[in-house]
Amino acid sequence: MTTRVALMATCLTDTFFPDTARAVVRLLERLGCTVEFPPAQTCCGQMHYNTGYRRQATTLARHTARTFADYDAVVAPSGSCAGMVRDLYPGLHRSTVRVAGRTYELSEFLVDVLGVEDVGAYFPHRVTYHPTCHSLRMLGVGEKPLRLLRAVRGLELVELPAARSCCGFGGTFALKNADTSTAMLADKMRNVLDTGARVLTAGDNSCLMHIGGGLTRLNTGVRTLHLAEILASTEEEPWVATP
Amino acid sequence: MGRNPVTWLGSPTFPTAARTALADVQLRGNLAHATGTIRTKREAAVGELPDWERLRRAGEAIKDDVLSNLDVYLTRLEAAVTARGGVVHWARDAAEANEIVLGLVRAAGATEVVKVKSMATAEIGLNEALEAGGVSAIETDLAELIVQLGEDRPSHILVPAIHRNRSEIRDIFRATMPGASPSLSDRPAELAEAARAHLRRKFLSAQVAISGANFAVADTGSVVVVESEGNGRMCLTLPRTLITVMGLEKVVPSWRDLEVFLQLLPRSSTAERMNPYTSVWSGVTPGDGPREFHLVLLDNGRTATLADRVGRQALRCIRCSACLNVCPVYERTGGQAYGSVYPGPIGAILTPQLGAGTDDPGTASLLRSLPFASSLCGACYEVCPVRIDIPEVLVHLRGRVVAEKPAYAPEAVAMAAASWVMVSPRRFRFAQRLLGPLRLLARRGRVRRLPWPASLWTDSRDVPAPPRETFSAWWRRNRG
Amino acid sequence: MASSREVVLGRIRAALSDRPTAPEVPRDYDQTRALGDVIGLFAERAADYRALVRRVRWDDLPAEIESSLRARGATRLVAPADLPAVWRVPGVVWSLDAPAYPLPVRTLDRSDGVLTACAVAIAETGTIVLDAGEAQGRRVVTLVPDYHLCVVREDQVVGTVPEALASLEPTRPLTFISGPSATSDIELDRVEGVHGPRHLEVLIAG
Repeated sequence: MTTRVALMATCLTDTFFPDTARAVVRLLERLGCTVEFPPAQTCCGQMHYNTGYRRQATTLARHTARTFADYDAVVAPSGSCAGMVRDLYPGLHRSTVRVAGRTYELSEFLVDVLGVEDVGAYFPHRVTYHPTCHSLRMLGVGEKPLRLLRAVRGLELVELPAARSCCGFGGTFALKNADTSTAMLADKMRNVLDTGARVLTAGDNSCLMHIGGGLTRLNTGVRTLHLAEILASTEEEPWVATP
Repeated sequence: MGRNPVTWLGSPTFPTAARTALADVQLRGNLAHATGTIRTKREAAVGELPDWERLRRAGEAIKDDVLSNLDVYLTRLEAAVTARGGVVHWARDAAEANEIVLGLVRAAGATEVVKVKSMATAEIGLNEALEAGGVSAIETDLAELIVQLGEDRPSHILVPAIHRNRSEIRDIFRATMPGASPSLSDRPAELAEAARAHLRRKFLSAQVAISGANFAVADTGSVVVVESEGNGRMCLTLPRTLITVMGLEKVVPSWRDLEVFLQLLPRSSTAERMNPYTSVWSGVTPGDGPREFHLVLLDNGRTATLADRVGRQALRCIRCSACLNVCPVYERTGGQAYGSVYPGPIGAILTPQLGAGTDDPGTASLLRSLPFASSLCGACYEVCPVRIDIPEVLVHLRGRVVAEKPAYAPEAVAMAAASWVMVSPRRFRFAQRLLGPLRLLARRGRVRRLPWPASLWTDSRDVPAPPRETFSAWWRRNRG
Repeated sequence: MASSREVVLGRIRAALSDRPTAPEVPRDYDQTRALGDVIGLFAERAADYRALVRRVRWDDLPAEIESSLRARGATRLVAPADLPAVWRVPGVVWSLDAPAYPLPVRTLDRSDGVLTACAVAIAETGTIVLDAGEAQGRRVVTLVPDYHLCVVREDQVVGTVPEALASLEPTRPLTFISGPSATSDIELDRVEGVHGPRHLEVLIAG
C-alpha cells in the first residue's frame, strides 16, 4: 500500500525555492509515497499571526484547512509552517482543528510515519546543521534531522556551535528590529564559518534565506541547502543547483 | 513623580534603544560572557532533578490556582499576618504604596533605611519617592549597590549590574564608595569584601529595613525572602521595623507549595541547588528580629493584567530571570533597551500590561514596541519554571497593538493586501509572476539592494533571485 | 470613599469575571528519592558550596568541637543559652545569648564565631535549616559572627526539599543555609563571602 501525501510547499518555498519542493517530491516518491500538490494552496498565515493580525491569519488558515481537507497526511518542508498548522490552528477556528493533527514537518514524517532514517541518500560534502527554533521547540523534532543526515553516505556532519540559538529571522522581526536581527545573524554566521562546513542545512527555508542572505553578502562561499535537497540527492542522481 | 511606574520616562522605543546598545562592544561582550556562563550552569542544575518537568507543571498549577482565587488567598494572608502581630496595607498603585512606606518610615523616626533587593520597590520607584521625602535608601544587594553608586539603571532582574564587568565595577567603587582603597583590585572576592566593609556599619545601626517578598503563605502568614549574600538576613533581622512591599500575585496557598518553588527558583535563577540563604518569618516573633512588621500589598496594574485571559499568565512569574539568560535578543541588547525594571522576555510581556493606560505618549510607544522585541524563538518558554508561554502572550499583545492601529496605517494596509492576495490562489499565482522582474536586479542569483522598506532586509542580507519558474508552475507543467 | 483594600479586592473580582477554574495541582513530583547514602551526600553537597564538613562520632563531639575551634583560632565564642553544656568546651570564652538576655550586636560582631545545632538538614541541596529551636538561638546570633560552626545529628539529615519542609513548623522564624554567604553579582560568577558568615563549618555527628 502506498501512502498518499499532500505536499504543503509553503508560499516561500513555492515562490523562491522550487528546488526544495521538487526534492521533497523526488524523495517521497522514492520512498514509495504518492505525492499530490493541491493547487489551491497559498500561505498558512503564519506571518499575519505572528505579527498580530489574527483575523487575517484565521482567514488564511481556513483557506489552508479547506485546501488540505481531503488528505490524511500533509507534509511541509518547514518547521515553522508545520508548527503554525499543528500548534496554532486548533486555537483559531473550529474548521482548522482537523488539519492540525494530520500535518507533519518533513523529518518527522520520514522518521515517525514512514519509519526510515536511511533514505538512501548520497551527498559527499562537509555539512553543518542549524536546528531551526520552531522545529526544535514548537514541534520538538529533536534529533530526527540529525539521524537522517548521519545516514547519508559521503556526508561529513560537523556540529554547529551554539546551534540552538536563534538565527535572528523571526519573520517581521527581521524588519521591525533589523539591528538586533542582524546582530543575531552575525553570531550565527560566525559559528557556521567556524565549523569549516561548505554547506549549511536546516529544515526551514525562511531561516536559510536569512542566514544564506548574510553568507552570500559576505562572499563566504558557504552555501545553504534545505535538508530535503540533501536527502533527495543520490549517487545516480546527485544534487545539482537549478541555474 | 519624575518617573512613570514600571518604565523610565523618556525611554525610547525598543528598536531605537537597541541600536545604541548593539553598538556598545563592551556591553555585548559582558552580556555574552555572563549569560553564557549561567546558561550552562542552569542546564546542569536542572538536569540533576529527574522530576523537573513535573515540578514545572506543579508550579504552573499552584500559580494558576492562586490567580483564580486571588481575593480568597489575599484575605487569608491578611488575616494570618495580622494574627501574628503584623500590619497589612493595601496599595492601589505606585503612588499610594510609596506614600504608605514613607509614612511608616517617618513614624519610625528614621531618615535612612536599608533595603533588600526587591523588584516591587524598583517597579514603583520607591527610592526616588523616599529621597523626595527626605529619607535616603541604601541598597544592600551587591549588584543594586553597583547600580546605585554608578547612578546607573538596572539591566537584569537577578543581577541588575550584569552589564558591568569586574574592572568597570572596580572603577565605580574606587570613585564613589566612601573609604574604598585606591588600590582596590578587580578580583570579585576583593570587590565583595569592599562592599561588606562599606555596608556593615549601615546594617548594624539601621532602624528600618525595606524588603520585597518572593512568596507569602496565605495559611500561615509566612513571608519568604530568597537571597545569597546575607544582606537580606541583615535587613530582615537587625532593624526594629521591617516593611515588606509585595506584588499581589506573590501569595501562595500553603506552606507545602514552597517545596515546589524552593526547588524551581534557585536552580532557574542562580543555577544553584539551593541559594545560600532563605529566610521565613511570620508576623513578629517576640525576642527575635524586628518588633514591627508591615506588609504592603501592591496592585499597580496587576489586577488589570489579571483581567486579560491570555496575558494573565505573566503573573505566574517568580522573577527567576532564566528567560533573560537564554534570550538571544536580551543577550545582544542588554536590559536597559527595554526601558523598564522588567527587561527581557518576561519584561516584554509584563511591562506593557502593568503599564497599560499610561497617559505619556512616549511611554505608550515604548510599551507598543516591547511585544515585538522577540524573534519568537521560544527559548524563554522552554526554561520558564512556571511554564509561562511567553511567545503566546507576545503574539497576543501584538494583536492588541495592531487592534489600536488605524486601518490606513501602512503596515495594516500592507498586511490586509497580503492576505487579500494570499487567500485567492489566482491572485497569489499572479503576484508570484509579478516578482519575476526582480531577477533583472540580480547578480549571481542574488539581489543586493532594494528600496525601503525592503532595505531593512538588504542592508545586511541578500535576497535570493526569484527562480525562472515557481514550484506551482513547474508542477502544473509537469504533473498537473 | 471605599478603602484601597475594598478597591483592590473589587478589581480582582471584576478581573475574574470569566470565572477561571482553579486547576488541580499535580503532586506527582518526587517527595523522596532513592539517594543512597544521604549522610554522605549531605556532606558532599554542603562541601560543594565551600562549607567545611567533617563527619564525627557523637561521643567525640566535645573533642571535635574543641579541635575545630583550635584550628580556626577561635577563642571568644557566642552560643545560644540552651546549647548542651558539654559542647561549651574549655579554653574558650563563651558568651551566651537568649531572647530574655540578648547579647548586643557589638558583642556578636566582635566574637570569633558562633556554635549552634540545627533543626533539619537537606542532603540533596547541602542545606541546613535553623528554626530558632533548641540550641539554635535567635536569628541574629548566627548572622553577625563571621564563623558559624553547626552541629548536625545524622538523624536530622533528610534527602529532599519536600521532606525537609514537611518536618518544619512554618510559623517559627526559619533560616535555610547552604554554604557560606556568596554572591554571583559580578559576571554571574559565584564568589563566597559577603555579609553573612564567610565561614561555615558543619560537624555531622552520629
